[in-house]
Amino acid sequence: MALDKTGIAKRIAQELQNGWYVNLGIGIPTLVANYIPEGIDVEFQSENGVLGMGQFPLEEEVDADLINAGKQTITVKEGASFFDSAMSFAMIRGQHVQLTVLGAMEVSQNGDIANWKIPGKMVKGMGGAMDLVASAENIIVAMMHSNKAGESKILKECTLPLTGVGCVKKVVTELAVMEIKDGAFHLIERAPGVSVEEIISKTEGKLIVPEHVPEMKI
Amino acid sequence: MNKVVKNVEEALLGIQDGMTLMIGGFGLCGIPENSIAQLVKLNVRNLTCISNNAGVDDFGLGLLLQQKQIKKMISSYVGENAEFERQMLSGELIVDLIPQGSLAERCRAGGAGIPAFFTPAGYGTEVAEGKEVRVFNGKPHILEEALTADYAIVKAWKGDTEGNLIFKATARNFNPMMAMAGKITIAEVEELVPAGTLDPNFIHTPGIFVQRIFQGEKFEKRIEQRTTR
Repeated sequence: MALDKTGIAKRIAQELQNGWYVNLGIGIPTLVANYIPEGIDVEFQSENGVLGMGQFPLEEEVDADLINAGKQTITVKEGASFFDSAMSFAMIRGQHVQLTVLGAMEVSQNGDIANWKIPGKMVKGMGGAMDLVASAENIIVAMMHSNKAGESKILKECTLPLTGVGCVKKVVTELAVMEIKDGAFHLIERAPGVSVEEIISKTEGKLIVPEHVPEMKI
Repeated sequence: MNKVVKNVEEALLGIQDGMTLMIGGFGLCGIPENSIAQLVKLNVRNLTCISNNAGVDDFGLGLLLQQKQIKKMISSYVGENAEFERQMLSGELIVDLIPQGSLAERCRAGGAGIPAFFTPAGYGTEVAEGKEVRVFNGKPHILEEALTADYAIVKAWKGDTEGNLIFKATARNFNPMMAMAGKITIAEVEELVPAGTLDPNFIHTPGIFVQRIFQGEKFEKRIEQRTTR
């Protein structure tokens, strides 16, 4: 069975390591915060100017002045801090944030990512994504393997305008966990009950498949 | 030095057609609502607006877009605004989209006397087109130039008569850098207090960056995504 969005978030949460500062993008990445493994202490950074993001507020706690980068109302944990946008991106560009998780429309086998524009159709802007992908050492992309038309989004080369080049290290989809290195996707794990053949058939980019591909433990 | 002006009308005196304005805020959080309403009333046109976002259809900078007062937007993210998207795709509105961190730093640089800087953000993308590339520590970077504005309009939580500002929570965002980068900076605050009331240890923006300050008449503080648990 292919994973749902929650499953993808749960699998990515397993990558979190003690002491990390983590930036989560909008969409599936935001869900990762709900599945931090037992005993792991991480802080979430939101690029609009908060470190130490907590859970969503209770109705009576809602504060218009306290939001995340997705413009959702949030709360902060004890020990949180606020700062301006220049300092926020100093944290990001200066590699003080250990992990970035973000969504993508396309990823290529050399680690390029496209997620901000469909020419002539949709232009929302890159927001902080270009700064994040250009600087983060450790980038995980959370995405669906194919688009709504069934075409692979795991490609030899991106067709959409790029957000960053050669930056993505790992991709988690509803079907698979893949590492990107040496110009290829390397299949690491498959979703429970999903066959290697299905993953191969839905991956347009070069995919290296080892003899044994373990199932994800969700 | 007393920076206090009577009201929003006096605060915005001098803003004319064709000027470049910086407007603080992230989404609808920390935007100078009273000043935006006054810009609508003044109906100044052909504006270049530097702001991270473009508001929503009926609030924030969306109000200026509705009246077609903006000629060019310099932003990082402009989703959530159908009228914006329509004007952009039809070519009525010139849009310069730049990475959020570069936008923040370009404003900071503009206020700090740094004409340009190198950043890795945007290398290898459309953003890098026409920009100088240099390799530092084995990694390519692009040259980004500083931004300044005829007027910067920011919103703070508390301010004093000297123009010192304190922001609240994530309503700080772009406001401090834009305050630095305006030839004339207008601060609209929720609470205006006498000098000496705010602890100098906790000032976010020193008054030197602010030329005019006033207490906003009312703040709606609209929420884009009310999310509760």
